Amino acid sequence: MSLRYEFTKGLWETIPPFRLVLGLCPVLAVTTSGINGIGMGLATTFVLVFSNIFVSLLRKFIPSQVRIASFIVIIASFVVIVELVMQAYFFALFKVLGIFIPLIVVNCIILGRAEAFASKNGPVMSLADGLGIGLGFTISLFVLGSIREFLGAGTLLGVNVLWSSYEPFSFMLKPPGAFIALGILLALINLISQFQKARGGSN
Amino acid sequence: MADFILLMISAILVNNILLARFLGNCPFVGVSRSMDTATGMGLAVIFVLTLAGMITWLVHTYLLIPLNIEYLRTIAFILVIATLVQFVEMVVQKTAPALYEALGIYLPLITTNCAVLGVAIINIEDGYDLITSIFFSFASAAGFALALVLMAGIRERFALVNIPKSFEGTAIGLVTAGLIALAFSGFAGLV
Repeated sequence: MSLRYEFTKGLWETIPPFRLVLGLCPVLAVTTSGINGIGMGLATTFVLVFSNIFVSLLRKFIPSQVRIASFIVIIASFVVIVELVMQAYFFALFKVLGIFIPLIVVNCIILGRAEAFASKNGPVMSLADGLGIGLGFTISLFVLGSIREFLGAGTLLGVNVLWSSYEPFSFMLKPPGAFIALGILLALINLISQFQKARGGSN
Repeated sequence: MADFILLMISAILVNNILLARFLGNCPFVGVSRSMDTATGMGLAVIFVLTLAGMITWLVHTYLLIPLNIEYLRTIAFILVIATLVQFVEMVVQKTAPALYEALGIYLPLITTNCAVLGVAIINIEDGYDLITSIFFSFASAAGFALALVLMAGIRERFALVNIPKSFEGTAIGLVTAGLIALAFSGFAGLV
């Protein structure tokens, strides 16, 4: 259980939302472009890192009967901070992400890490865990957002990358496209891990 | 009255909370494996969401606005919802044991169902009055239950078919959800 392992496990081994199938709402809703994905991912990472640290620091003082309620209050406080900071400095992104910023509070990944990891481990380990899982989540959102943006609008990070006669496959930007893109990406990741496992088994 | 009917049709079919607004997707994927659990979850959400929509509206209008602390909305609402869920669980357990048998295990899960907090926030941001909020909350929850039950009906059939190994479980569930969403987008011109 090294620090390095706690950090890197979030990037592939338990990468949300593919391995850790939690927090699907923002994943589906805001990934209409790569930039939105990064914005949502970083906001979630901020809340996750700080809630992990604080839950870990307070783990000896919180009675176990009221721990879930206490975790939610800690998480909600950081969500309010993110809300106010984004409103002040990143207003355009705040408008696009809309309701999904306050909804970080009910993102099960954050409560899940508080309960499963931070309430049992020290603050440094919890920081590494939160940062790893958060960055994994950001990467997933960015990848899914880029795929949908590329197919749905022919752009990457807002820059036109396809020939001008490309007819945008706008289905990808609509809600059904979000579900199907995420489903196929998930299947692809399952396929890669099956392949890895099969190769590991033969060695 | 016609406005309310349009609002309800819109919330159930056109802007379905799960399929068009993407709220409450974790239980949608997690508890849609069998018809019984889906019905139980759907009913529990209808019950709690309608109550939560009403109470959060009252808290916002009569507590947060007079005290000028609207920026604490997120914290206030999640606390109200968590308390309400706990309270509903206790009341149902005492007064209706049969109902508790059926809904009991789904109630705690609702606290972290983002549909509840999401609808409470939509009620405030769209400036609904109390009656509209209650109607909208109920209709959104009914839309949630409808989509959940449809999904469970389809997923029960998966036991009988051959699914590619990498698509098993959540992946095929998401693709199915996409197809249901596609079907629901046919309602777009309705309102």
